[in-house]
Amino acid sequence: MEKFTKLTGIAAAMPLVNIDTDMIIPKQFLKTIQRVGLGKNLFAEMRYEDDGSDRQDFVLNQPAYRKAEILVAGDNFGCGSSREHAPWALLDFGIRCVISTSFADIFYNNCFKNGILPIVVSKEQHEKLLDDADRGSNATISVDLEAQEIKGPDGGTISFELEPFRKHCLLNGLDDIGLTLEKTDKVDRFEEQQKLSQPWLQK
Amino acid sequence: MGDARTLYDKIWDDHLVDTQDDGASLLYIDRHLVHEVTSPQAFEGLRTSGRTVRRTDATFAVADHNVPTKDLHLGIVEPQSKLQVETLEANVKEFGVNYFSMTDDRRGIVHIIGPEQGLTLPGMTIVCGDSHTSTHGAFGSLAHGIGTSEVEHVLATQTLIQNKAKNMLIQVNGELGAGVTAKDLALAIIGNIGTAGGTGCVIEYAGDAVLSLSMEGRMTLCNMTIEAGARAGLIAPDQTTFDYVKGRAYAPKAGAYEQAVSYWKTLATDEGAHFDETVVMDAADIVPYVTWGTSPEDALPITGTVPAPSSFADSGKQIAAERALKYMGLEAGMKLTDIEVDHVFVGSCTNGRIEDLRAVAEVVKGKTVKDTVNAIIVPGSGLVKIQAEEEGLDVIFTEAGFEWREPGCSMCLAMNADRLEDGDRCASTSNRNFEGRQGRGGRTHLVSPVMAAAAAITGHLTDIRDFG
Repeated sequence: MEKFTKLTGIAAAMPLVNIDTDMIIPKQFLKTIQRVGLGKNLFAEMRYEDDGSDRQDFVLNQPAYRKAEILVAGDNFGCGSSREHAPWALLDFGIRCVISTSFADIFYNNCFKNGILPIVVSKEQHEKLLDDADRGSNATISVDLEAQEIKGPDGGTISFELEPFRKHCLLNGLDDIGLTLEKTDKVDRFEEQQKLSQPWLQK
Repeated sequence: MGDARTLYDKIWDDHLVDTQDDGASLLYIDRHLVHEVTSPQAFEGLRTSGRTVRRTDATFAVADHNVPTKDLHLGIVEPQSKLQVETLEANVKEFGVNYFSMTDDRRGIVHIIGPEQGLTLPGMTIVCGDSHTSTHGAFGSLAHGIGTSEVEHVLATQTLIQNKAKNMLIQVNGELGAGVTAKDLALAIIGNIGTAGGTGCVIEYAGDAVLSLSMEGRMTLCNMTIEAGARAGLIAPDQTTFDYVKGRAYAPKAGAYEQAVSYWKTLATDEGAHFDETVVMDAADIVPYVTWGTSPEDALPITGTVPAPSSFADSGKQIAAERALKYMGLEAGMKLTDIEVDHVFVGSCTNGRIEDLRAVAEVVKGKTVKDTVNAIIVPGSGLVKIQAEEEGLDVIFTEAGFEWREPGCSMCLAMNADRLEDGDRCASTSNRNFEGRQGRGGRTHLVSPVMAAAAAITGHLTDIRDFG
């Protein structure tokens, strides 16, 4: 997984609430057996006409936002299906950071496994950031994970909260399976104990 | 009452392997269910890093999302779907995982077959790369959906890194009225607290209206918990649960069963345990519900009218409602019972169990599906199909004009050939009415099985209580 330390990039606004993972990556693209290559299908049904041409009213099709790396999205972003294809598609498109007032739980988890930073901000901060993201070629936002700060084009600073372990893994690009395997002796002990207390659970 | 714990607290404590100083915890996973869509990259990850599956005996796989529901002799026609199922078959073989194949009667939707086989037991931790894993919470097991990276983590380590969620109690007092089902209860709750209402929480459902539900009804309720944004839904195991589990293929046998039951009885939330949030509802206020929009929270009593966007206080919700009305092709103010449908779908992990099919059969027996409606019934598993046929339900369905299909996820998410076309409108017993969910441009109204049955006969959304 790629590290996330600092990011300065174009922010695109998608203020619609409850953007679900079916919108982020429609089901016809879940048939892949790979993690890569989904960027072209990101937001496919909102982004393309029936004939495959770009819909001009969709933000990521507008010239200023085609290389957006940050999304400022409406409340409850990523609700619905657990499909990790959603963060894979965002990442493949080039989005490394999503900012919202809240995220659905599974999507939020999935982001951290893929080097994407989801940031929760207050309603007031969110409105300011949506406004910042509406500035076309000036819609540049900086995110500093170590300092847990967002800076808008006007220089104002927003602080954000993050669980320390998630921050540590993201800053260092750590593979958490490797970290957990270092605790194998503890898992062994748990299994031994469970065999005694709930013998019906293990063969 | 510092020592009083909730059901969630108890299952959490009994599965805690390690807690780091920074609060991240390692939770042991008792059961891992796997399907073809969210697992290929996880197995590939294991292969690349030279890792194995830690507990093959706890891991069970089935193909459900991509499988056809008719003409099975043709196999899977669509090449990508075929490749995904073949990839699962190769992976279960290579890694030694249990598998219910496409010719096995025990196959079906992963959340239907887990309980059916006794793989789902009270007090367990259960995960699956599928958001509707919340279904299994009906047994008082902590069950939730995970992403593919976490699937790989569980395959390799039999654990999951978690931060503990908050405890939320939804207490539904009283008795549900005639024609009001677990599905209506679920929609009423989501309509009440919203699709993000449970975010960061594990919901425990309690109260007479919940505990008087059958296991099938409880599964429907817990299944929809994810649509309220919660990590998991739970119902304390009781005699209804123990009776359902007893004798199932993978349930504990003989002496072990009694030992298990005595443990399961200790799981109920202690008197005075703390809930971070509590919602109290009266079952008498709940009537049959339908959705009008493109989020499960867009749920209203069938007696209502399509709302005006301006009726929402929140500006974000106003914009979403305007978009939803346009997508759904509806005008504010029209009666919900005036909405005409051209498709009816009965099935899914929400409402594809035998009790759901019996309820549909009771409504449609001796009646005829309206000629403008295409209605399909997809049993949740091979065993549900066999049971329904033994009871003659298939004859009732086909005589009424329904198509009787083979088991699978089918038109709930339209990954196989069963899908709506642009502009089609469907009364559906599934769980999501998102834009495009049942097919690009398709319009979904979520309803209970009996409401779907009534709509199939009348051709429009219908209050089951007025249907004769």
